[in-house]
Amino acid sequence: MSTATLPAASFNLEPANEPGMDQLLEIAMGPQHPSTHGVFRMNVVLDGERVVRLKPVFGYLHRNHEKIAENETYLGSMPYTDRLDYMCPLTNNWAYALAVEKLAGIQVPERAEYLRVITGELTRLQNHACLIGFLMQDMGASGTPLMYAFRQREIILDLFEALTGARMMCNYMRFGGCRADLPAGWLDQAKKVVAEFPRFLDEYERLLVGNEILMDRTQDVGVLSKELAVSAGVSGPMARASGVDYDIRKVDRYSIYDRFNFRVPLGSHGDVYDRFMIRVLEMRESVSILQQAMRDLPAGPIVDPKTKIRGFRPKPGEAYGRIEAPKGELGFYLISDGSPNPYRYRVRPPSLINLTILEDLCVGRNVADVVVILGSIDIVMGEVDR
Amino acid sequence: MNLETVKSEIEANVPGCRLELVANPSPSAQHSLLLDAEHAAAVALYLRDAPGMRFDFCSNVTGIDWPGKEVSQKVKVRKLVDGVEEEVEETRTTTIPGNLEVVYHLYSVEKKHGPIILRMRTQDRDAGVHLPSLTPVWRSAELQEREIFDLFGVLFDGHPDLRRLLMWDEFQDHPMRRDYVDPDDFEYEPTAHDEVLQRAQQHLSQAIPMQPSEAEGR
Repeated sequence: MSTATLPAASFNLEPANEPGMDQLLEIAMGPQHPSTHGVFRMNVVLDGERVVRLKPVFGYLHRNHEKIAENETYLGSMPYTDRLDYMCPLTNNWAYALAVEKLAGIQVPERAEYLRVITGELTRLQNHACLIGFLMQDMGASGTPLMYAFRQREIILDLFEALTGARMMCNYMRFGGCRADLPAGWLDQAKKVVAEFPRFLDEYERLLVGNEILMDRTQDVGVLSKELAVSAGVSGPMARASGVDYDIRKVDRYSIYDRFNFRVPLGSHGDVYDRFMIRVLEMRESVSILQQAMRDLPAGPIVDPKTKIRGFRPKPGEAYGRIEAPKGELGFYLISDGSPNPYRYRVRPPSLINLTILEDLCVGRNVADVVVILGSIDIVMGEVDR
Repeated sequence: MNLETVKSEIEANVPGCRLELVANPSPSAQHSLLLDAEHAAAVALYLRDAPGMRFDFCSNVTGIDWPGKEVSQKVKVRKLVDGVEEEVEETRTTTIPGNLEVVYHLYSVEKKHGPIILRMRTQDRDAGVHLPSLTPVWRSAELQEREIFDLFGVLFDGHPDLRRLLMWDEFQDHPMRRDYVDPDDFEYEPTAHDEVLQRAQQHLSQAIPMQPSEAEGR
């Protein structure tokens, strides 16, 4: 591809001006590329196999979610939040419900908080398991690890279906609680799934953690320093892999996370291997949270009866609510002007902001490493482009 | 952290800055600080680096569009009516100029406190949409300020790479503005009806004269 035909957004390469730059090749990786987890493009400048520059190109899945939500009632956007990060609909629901509850000052009954924690942590389990599967797929371990993860995810999605009626587009949370109580036998089934999950983790770890090829492909690849991670707003497992001790479940203590005993795993190198290991360790902690939550689940109402469903109009004001979603800090910023629709509705997408440092991680590495680095960031384009 | 103390600390340490406390009446009680554009970068640097503050994590950056609006008010004035001074009620309309607002939500990873909410306002919505970029202070604003430029049309001075983020480069308008009008492009509607059909017919009659049978068939 000649540089002259590229649109203005691409690089202005002037090979003659810099010595050794006359062999550069600019290629567009994506938007249709198996490693980009959706429709995402990276304009990469290569010197042989080595990446010299990289610019991500966004917007292929843009549908202006925020504008649509501003023309919709507060509750009307709840099913639409499922489609942001479609791997984790329940945490999206939760973050949005939390922001609206802050805006309108709604209390959530205790049982609903437990249900939120249980569904949220189940979401984290399946997200992390799948992310590792996709990462292995990107490295060429075709099939097996991903299918192991998907087998496990399917069991969890069955639980979601029994509870919410949908495997992925759950639309489960409501302002001031949850939509439906647990069906008969659900809790026993969930306890069984959670009790068996560590066995899957053992198997998964035995398969992957000490694997020589995996270590070769991931260790010291895409190193993200702690300072850059904080400055660039990187959050979630990705920041913790770089040693940033920041877990919103511990910092904000939103919902009832102060009642559970769990640890926050931290990485020390900030490379792809650490990002992979953090997810494995976080799944173990999630299992522990789930066991505690299922043990303590109280009886009671699941939604605050005082919350209006029809004619819900919060008083004028604004609120920013955030949770620790599986991909990082998911926040919703809402401004109310007293009408039934939000005046301003903003999603803080962790996937997009974690991509800020993509170029810093990739420059100087080989093209094959770009695929692995992108895979370890854990993006979902529904959330990046909104 | 109390916003009042933060405000007085900033005023003591950044000379010349004008801060205004914007109250938030909702139960969340997340009040914010309105910065003047001139000293915004200095205030941001102070908040990031001062040992008591250390707001090193800029979590969320977003824009808000406040279009101008006309407010009519009934005022009682004394006037000469037929030579006699009387109190007359008059309706006066004043135009409140609109602006674009940018909001930053800051947290501290080191001290685990926050949020501190900063706001900046542009002069108007047409020519004076310049604001200083805070990307040199917090790298996380890079993509988010690009998004605000794209969707709201705020021009960030000092941003390293201010291009459209989500819309394509040739796109003209800013879709998140309240007065944005969809382009007259209805091809997405396979079976046009009602308003869309009217627009479709109008549009097509300007381009190529439409046959009546064709219009019915749509």
